[in-house]
Amino acid sequence: MDPVLLSRIQFAVTAGFHFIFPPITIGLAWLLVVVEWRGWRSGDPTDVEMGKLFGKLLAFTFAVGVATGILLEFQFGTNWARYSKFVGDIFGAPLAAEGVFAFFLESTFLGLYIFGRNRVPKAVHWLSILMVAIGSVISAFWILVANSWQQTPTGFAVRHGRAELESFWAAVFNPSTVPRFFHTITASLVAGAFMMAAVAAYRVLRNREDEIGKGALRLSLVWGLVSAILVAFPFGHVHTQQVARTQPEKFAAIEGLYTSQQGAPLVLFGLVKDRPPELRAKIEIPGLLSWLAFGDANATVQGIDEFPVDERPPLWITFVSFHNMVILGLFFIAAMAWGVLQRWRGRLFEGRGYLKLLVYAVPLPVVACQFGWVAAEVGRQPWIVYHLLRTSEAHSQTVAAGDVLFSILLFGVIYLFLGGLWIYLMVKEAGHGLQPAAAKEVTA
Amino acid sequence: MDLNTIWFLLIGVLIIGYAVLDGFDLGVGILSLFSRSEHERRVYLNAIGPVWDGNEVWLLTGGGALFAAFPIVYATVFSSFYLALMLVVAALIARAVSFEFRGKLEGPGWRKLWDWCFGLGSLIAGLLYGVAVGNVIRGIPIDESGNFTGSFLGLLNPYAILVGLVSLAMFTMQGAAYMCLKAEGEHLERMRRWTQGGWLAFVVLYLVATIASIFVAPHAFDGVLGNPLFWILLLVLLAAAAYLPLASRAARYGRAFLASSLTIIALVGLVAVGMFPRLVPSSTDLAHSLTIYNAASTPRTQMAMLIITLIGMPLVMAYTAYIYRVFKGKVVLTEESY
Repeated sequence: MDPVLLSRIQFAVTAGFHFIFPPITIGLAWLLVVVEWRGWRSGDPTDVEMGKLFGKLLAFTFAVGVATGILLEFQFGTNWARYSKFVGDIFGAPLAAEGVFAFFLESTFLGLYIFGRNRVPKAVHWLSILMVAIGSVISAFWILVANSWQQTPTGFAVRHGRAELESFWAAVFNPSTVPRFFHTITASLVAGAFMMAAVAAYRVLRNREDEIGKGALRLSLVWGLVSAILVAFPFGHVHTQQVARTQPEKFAAIEGLYTSQQGAPLVLFGLVKDRPPELRAKIEIPGLLSWLAFGDANATVQGIDEFPVDERPPLWITFVSFHNMVILGLFFIAAMAWGVLQRWRGRLFEGRGYLKLLVYAVPLPVVACQFGWVAAEVGRQPWIVYHLLRTSEAHSQTVAAGDVLFSILLFGVIYLFLGGLWIYLMVKEAGHGLQPAAAKEVTA
Repeated sequence: MDLNTIWFLLIGVLIIGYAVLDGFDLGVGILSLFSRSEHERRVYLNAIGPVWDGNEVWLLTGGGALFAAFPIVYATVFSSFYLALMLVVAALIARAVSFEFRGKLEGPGWRKLWDWCFGLGSLIAGLLYGVAVGNVIRGIPIDESGNFTGSFLGLLNPYAILVGLVSLAMFTMQGAAYMCLKAEGEHLERMRRWTQGGWLAFVVLYLVATIASIFVAPHAFDGVLGNPLFWILLLVLLAAAAYLPLASRAARYGRAFLASSLTIIALVGLVAVGMFPRLVPSSTDLAHSLTIYNAASTPRTQMAMLIITLIGMPLVMAYTAYIYRVFKGKVVLTEESY
């Protein structure tokens, strides 16, 4: 088999599986900063217990995230040796900075947070979860710096057959770093809020009097609504505008614009045919894409036809991923807004339907993150570093295809096993310490 | 001193940090294979529970720093050691998740599964690190364009396996010395014996490996005898290794652990002195070796990384020291323990 394709599959599987966990841990860590603060200041046992419950879920999810992240630190070298040699002067620094500024902070203080609850003063304990949350955001920042540089490289010059650093800050703050950072962080907050809301709803469905569930639901819905709005507007919008400016072929692919036009329409729905590029059964709003991208309904937007065939990203997967992400994003706002409205009307805990919806919606923010990631990374193809190095010229030549296949199978099996267990045990832990509703009624 | 040399030293510091800190973690994992009761197994887990994750970050940061400072080495070595590295990562994953998974369900089968993951994961990682180091000292087949021309089975040569056994003994000694600070009663007594047994195995294997190195890796001895650093490190190694069993017998466990750690530091230092300025000698032709000059990133990148390190690492060391102080003393199992 083709070693490049195998290495791409290997990266997609291992990075994709890893990326299930960080958004949840980032989101939960910040929610726990609030919960633990309330527990510390008020001493209210509900808040304290809430902190313990979600702290356990955080530690568990964090552990799987850490374990699956180990490979990522090494596989640029193992599978993408030519890439590593080409970008090493720039790409290694953010990875190392992530270790120095983020991994140590997160891991060390998570140990203190989990094991130190009764060993250190309450203020220090709260500080430990704050450091975990800050560390997780710094970690996201540096890894997104590295990724963004692949998308929109700046601050370098190609010399001696490789990209050499010209300006550290220009490389760090390349055009897509800041938009991507805010979009990803707010997406993580949404993922954390849906996780907390699902656990809370699950508990309230089991026992209407469960104070932990009710408290967590009140908090996570408001938090989730705010972040669900922010992830789309302004941050998703700004990020897409930046893509339109800096990577027009990716923009054309994700939006489904196959011919350049003035007053380009926004495609709401369509069936994509890759070759030749064609969109069937489409529903579109005239002029809206031009207006969204450039603030002018008559602006010209470049279609995919303007780019050489061998420089176009795959059309179907980018279009489908991006549009599904947007649809999910709108659903998140609607779902959270409904909950906040019900809370305001004092009816949040009455109906069962909405609470069930929250339980089953728990994977959706993770799915949306994966869609967004696929749209971003596949949209960058055929380049591994945009307009500098092709993916087909970046893999390790000395590694046999069979070796790569072996690693796909090895980690595929391990990850399937871990993923299945993680889901099963999360559900089990979610109900931890829950009083059976029937027993409550007897005592009442 | 040029930036290349500074980065050679800093990578060395990261390796030392990892070998000393995750070294005792891995050793504790290996020792847990010989647990005699459920209580004892939990003592092992909780002895390192709060700190193992931070310890492992030394490895991840080392990987990132190697990528940033010597990208050619990062690319060449990791792609050359492909299957071996995949096995190390699988082992590290198995032991990393076992902490959290183990206590989540009751049932002896379930717990046994994760006990094996923790123990064997630690053992395999501890062994393969040594095998990898052995291959790097010996040199790997690299052609003039810096490409690996060997095979996975070629990495499993007797010398590399010997170095693997050295690292296994070293981590076991380090883990047992650490457990003497954490365990009590009969368990403590056994850990004391393991410290001394691990020490003996380490000393014997290390001597054999050193003699083997003279024949297998003569380039590692080029000019070291005239280097004062070599003699200082050798003195530290001898003194620390000689003091360790005395301290252990006198029940001075803190000092024994310190001696064990110093032994590791001096050992890594000695290897570094022998390697400098090469990072990966080529076994086909020494002239094709990767060195701190031909494998380096640009001075601008190395300078940026140096600034990041000088800002970041003092903070890391400060809060790491704090955490170790908080969790000082014997393991006491409570409701919240793992």
